[in-house]
Amino acid sequence: MTEEIIIAGFGGQGVLSMGKIMAYSGVMQDMEVSWMPSYGPEMRGGTANVIVIISSERISSPIIKHFDTGIILNQQSLDKFESSVKPGGVLIYDSNGITRHPERKDITIYRVDAAEEAGKMNSPKTFNMIVLGGFLKVKPIIKMENVIKGLKKSLPERYHNLIPMNEKALQKGLEIVKKV
Amino acid sequence: MEKELRLMKGNEAVAEAAIRAGADGYFGYPITPQSEILEYLMEASPWKTTGMVVLQAESEIAAINMVYGGAACGKKVLTTSSSPGISLKQEGITYIAGAELPCLIVNVVRGGPGLGTIQPAQSDYFQAVKGGGHGDYHLIVLAPASVQEMADFVGLGFDLAFKYRNPAMILSDGAIGQMMEKVWLSPQQERSKSVPAWATTGKPSTRKRNIITSLDLDPNAQEVFNQKLIAKYNEIKEKEVRYEELRCDDAEYLFVAYGTSARVCMKSVQLARAQGIKVGLLRPITLYPYPSKRLNQLADRVKVMISVEMSAGQMIEDVLLSVNGKVPVHHFGRMGGIVTNPEEVVENLKSKIIGG
Amino acid sequence: MAEATGIKDILKPENLVYNKTKIMTDNVLSYCPGCGHGTAHRILAEIIGEEGLQSQTIGVSPVGCSVLLYNYLDIDWQEAAHGRAPAVATAIKRLLPDKFVFTYQGDGDLAAIGTAETIHSCNRGENILIIFINNGIYGMTGGQMAPTTISGMKTSTSPYGRDVKLMGNPLKITDIVATLPGTYYVTRQSVHTPANVRKTKKAMRKAVQYQKLNKGTCFIEIVSNCPSGWKMTPVLSNKWMEENMFPFYPLGDIKVPEEKSAQ
Ligand SMILES: Cc1ncc(C[n+]2csc(CCOP(=O)(O)OP(=O)(O)O)c2C)c(N)n1
Ligand code: SF4
Ligand SMILES: [Mg+2]
Repeated sequence: MTEEIIIAGFGGQGVLSMGKIMAYSGVMQDMEVSWMPSYGPEMRGGTANVIVIISSERISSPIIKHFDTGIILNQQSLDKFESSVKPGGVLIYDSNGITRHPERKDITIYRVDAAEEAGKMNSPKTFNMIVLGGFLKVKPIIKMENVIKGLKKSLPERYHNLIPMNEKALQKGLEIVKKV
Repeated sequence: MEKELRLMKGNEAVAEAAIRAGADGYFGYPITPQSEILEYLMEASPWKTTGMVVLQAESEIAAINMVYGGAACGKKVLTTSSSPGISLKQEGITYIAGAELPCLIVNVVRGGPGLGTIQPAQSDYFQAVKGGGHGDYHLIVLAPASVQEMADFVGLGFDLAFKYRNPAMILSDGAIGQMMEKVWLSPQQERSKSVPAWATTGKPSTRKRNIITSLDLDPNAQEVFNQKLIAKYNEIKEKEVRYEELRCDDAEYLFVAYGTSARVCMKSVQLARAQGIKVGLLRPITLYPYPSKRLNQLADRVKVMISVEMSAGQMIEDVLLSVNGKVPVHHFGRMGGIVTNPEEVVENLKSKIIGG
Repeated sequence: MAEATGIKDILKPENLVYNKTKIMTDNVLSYCPGCGHGTAHRILAEIIGEEGLQSQTIGVSPVGCSVLLYNYLDIDWQEAAHGRAPAVATAIKRLLPDKFVFTYQGDGDLAAIGTAETIHSCNRGENILIIFINNGIYGMTGGQMAPTTISGMKTSTSPYGRDVKLMGNPLKITDIVATLPGTYYVTRQSVHTPANVRKTKKAMRKAVQYQKLNKGTCFIEIVSNCPSGWKMTPVLSNKWMEENMFPFYPLGDIKVPEEKSAQ
């Protein structure tokens, strides 16, 4: 099994940390993982993206051009990465702020309105966990218990009190993700 | 003692591995994309645990001269930087090589020349492998292709440096420095208590004074010293060549690539093989000494070699020297901080080499 | 549309209270919201414009957040290696003595890696203006400790606060250069309030005059904020600067010309 994922959005949306939790979760499940972020001053309010690969085998290239799954969180990233999803692959997006929706017919498109939901839950910080929940519903490649373990690993001890809230957000994501 | 599994950035792995390897001192100056090394060490504060000294220097020039001073005391010391900072260190590096001091230098390469870009590149190959500073000298150059190797080569680099009394360099790049992978960390090693006989530690009455210098005004003596260095480099070439082969047994085409480019090519090999193209990969792990003998042997079997590098074509010169005209050698690469991708490498193979 | 006419009504020459100086280009500044660099740029641009120096000026930009300064002021520029701007400016001024030559540098650039160049160009009394943005941190590379970081301040390479016993003391480089015979006018200002902006602008205008009179090195430190590196909102960062930076780096002139006839 190899799953090649790109997560892309604004810096500050928790793109990199969501990828990190995925990677940690993969480690908890005894998989090979790689996490390759975009880096540099573009992080100041600009776009951010990360390539996460989770595999049962040794990972060859951590840098790739085509992905099994694209998780897209703003318009700029949608414009840039819609065409990078492999035919037959999956695109998951949050429609918040999207003016041109994805158009490809050869991939399966899901919507997870995480920004709206995070607003409703009054915890904007859990936005990326809702998105992750949506991903796990569509691609249940990691067991939920390992995701929770991964979350614990990636969060500094002093934030462990936030784990229940994040679990709730993950659950919310599982519920609200829908095929377009 | 068991190894410990962590998920880390390449940069963090270097820092943690240095502590665990029992390093005595680290001296550095911030520069993207490797500042995490100093940041990690400052957070870890190893001076409180192992006694390892960590200092943010006022410049790379200062940092490399701190390394000179520490190494001359027989200590295990390292510095890390990225391309523009490594250029500044060149004066210190040639003095270290000239004084035959062991130390570790890590270059997390970014695109150049000049201030260039902060994105990954492999355009410092010449500088690392062919000299960099003035005078006849070589570094032992290790090219990690994973976070695991970033960690492992810290220990290996120190071992080789001390074995040969020669500076060793880890030639990495922004991609390997910034990415996270699983890494198995070696258990904490104690800092060495043994002091090399040549180290300046204060002269007891029982030995002659130790002088660390790279100066010899007598050209005859200097030439003898140069010959001694050459003999050392020849021994290194004989004993320390390291490389990895992937699907070379029946290969008609051979990628030669190190570091990040090698990782990209591993996938290119898979993609091309799926299309029935018999291609293999030779990944030099040591760039100095270079796996020339093995490449020369492979040149008897393959039709073409392609040096895949994130540069305008630097390592290709060593491939050409290795095969000595036996087979054609092409270069493929991206520059300016752009990392090539597996599809692009295969596409180039198909259109420019097989088709062209 | 009613609204559009409304705006037109307002946009009349007699209503104009502020104009973007022509020396500033239309390029979007790359700075974080609330960062002092942008304000310092504008003052400098205004001075160059008001003094009619556009065709007479060569600027030297540093390596730091203001590395792209050459995109923002419509004058001739040279981009120096990290810390080397005063050496670059030395040669420019010596070869083109009639031009107005200045450097613009951060604290890491000027007071760490470039200390030798700073001290020696000031000591030689190079007839240049050095503008020194002291935000107590390495902004560009992500908030590491700078030579100017005050004691106890947290940065990414002093995560538990600057421990001066281990990491050295904050360097008051401006006070040092003021002791050198080559400096003519040395002052420390800020740009975080309109009143301070006016003072800084006045200092720059003086420096321009002194350079015309070949008086020696003029050195203007601007104590500034770095909301991103300090991990504070812009408002809080200015407050923090007043409460913590100014006591250590007091504002005001440090060295002023003795003979009044200089002006
Ligand atoms: C030789 C060299 N070393 C290190 C760097 C990395 N670097 C870029 S800017 C900078 C420091 C910037 O800090 P400062 O001068 O205070 O400017 P600020 O960004 O705070 O305005 C460093 C260390 C470099 N570009 N070149
Ligand atoms: S990092 Fe700091 S100095 Fe740089 S632009 Fe942002 S606020 Fe200004
Ligand atoms: Mg600064």
